[in-house]
Amino acid sequence: MSPEFGFKINKSAQIDLDKADDSLYRKICSIEPSLKLCIFCGSCAATCSAGQFTSFSFRKISIDLRRGMIKDVKEDISKCMLCGKCILVCPRNVNTRHVLFHLKKHFDENEL
Amino acid sequence: MSKKVVVIGAGPAGMETSTYLANFGFDVDLIEKENQVGGKLNHWDRLFPSMRKGDEVKEFLRKGNKFSNINLLLNTEIENVEQIDNKFIIATNNNKIQADAVVIATGFEIFDATKKEEYGYGIYDNVITSKDLELLFRQNKKIVRADGKPVKRVGIVHCVGSRDEKAGNIYCSKVCCVTGVKQAIEIHEANPDSEIYCFYMDLRMFGMQYEELYKKAQEEHGVQFIRGRLSEAAESLDGSVIVKVEDTLSGRPLKMSVDLLVLLVGFVPSQGTTKMGNLFGVSFNPNRFLEYSDEHTGTGLTNVPGVFLAGTCSAPRTLTNTILDARSTAMRVAGYLNAWETEKR
Repeated sequence: MSPEFGFKINKSAQIDLDKADDSLYRKICSIEPSLKLCIFCGSCAATCSAGQFTSFSFRKISIDLRRGMIKDVKEDISKCMLCGKCILVCPRNVNTRHVLFHLKKHFDENEL
Repeated sequence: MSKKVVVIGAGPAGMETSTYLANFGFDVDLIEKENQVGGKLNHWDRLFPSMRKGDEVKEFLRKGNKFSNINLLLNTEIENVEQIDNKFIIATNNNKIQADAVVIATGFEIFDATKKEEYGYGIYDNVITSKDLELLFRQNKKIVRADGKPVKRVGIVHCVGSRDEKAGNIYCSKVCCVTGVKQAIEIHEANPDSEIYCFYMDLRMFGMQYEELYKKAQEEHGVQFIRGRLSEAAESLDGSVIVKVEDTLSGRPLKMSVDLLVLLVGFVPSQGTTKMGNLFGVSFNPNRFLEYSDEHTGTGLTNVPGVFLAGTCSAPRTLTNTILDARSTAMRVAGYLNAWETEKR
């Protein structure tokens, strides 16, 4: 094996909101408007069964959707078991399970 | 002969404290350096959280003055003060007044946003302060870019000159958070196609109905809240403003361009407050506001017997709390002049 030479360009970590695609966020909001009320407190992620063993976090999904980070949402959504514990703790009454259900549906429909 | 109280500053605090002092039977001189009463209330269009007009409250305060026997002295500034026994001899640009008690109600000034040069106020055309915006609302002017084009995206920056040791102000100015939410709603009402982004460190929605207003901004106006303090703003070729911030909730740096950047400027003590503090020998707190004699029990009182404080000369306050403080101070003055036992605690 030859040793590696030369330069490597790191991908920018910066979020550019001018180029972000928030269409999925808008779609989900039209189905479940309560998503708009999220204050990113993280109680959903703290109680999440899947989150105890994986990197799954509804709070992260809520942010990623707004920032157009659809790939991250798609990767994460499969970890959710739709148990709905997150609804019970949400102080803003976001129907988190309904959001997650429709995200799963969105990615299933767009794959099949 | 009834005792004489001089109230300095005819903003909401001075107006309301004068009303109650006059009704307690004191002879009240209300001194104002400007040619009209109302102080900072004259700069507000609608008030949070109810969105009622600021002028309605001004009218209420004015009626109080009208129904009471108050000697209003406009265009009057205090130049010198002498104390002889328990009396204050106050020299103004117009006359000399002898007073048994003095209420300082000289209020605040807004933080000078040009000091935060990195935000570009006074440098970029599309960076304005919350006060500038309020004036546009008051004058029924359209919210557009400096070049007249419509605003599609608006950024609102919280804590400009507050909670910032670099700006010399470590304290929270209290009213900016909810003012930002109020103005976000108003911008969106005027421009329903616009998107509003608020950049905040914490959202301090401490008052009744403030949280509801915040919720309304999200629910009905789609206002987005990004937690992170702006590091800088820059102007792009087309005149829009590019802001840089850490999106602390995703742990990544973020940039975006906005057509209009609104800076929520905080409170600093007004020049008059500093001047009166020095003239009357009232002590200042570490934030350069005038200091109550005790944080819990000495509100209204100062280290100088006979000199009292009302309103925002002692701390940032909402209008509600300013009016409350003014009434409470009137009571402390009455206690002092009538030598109530309660005041000897």
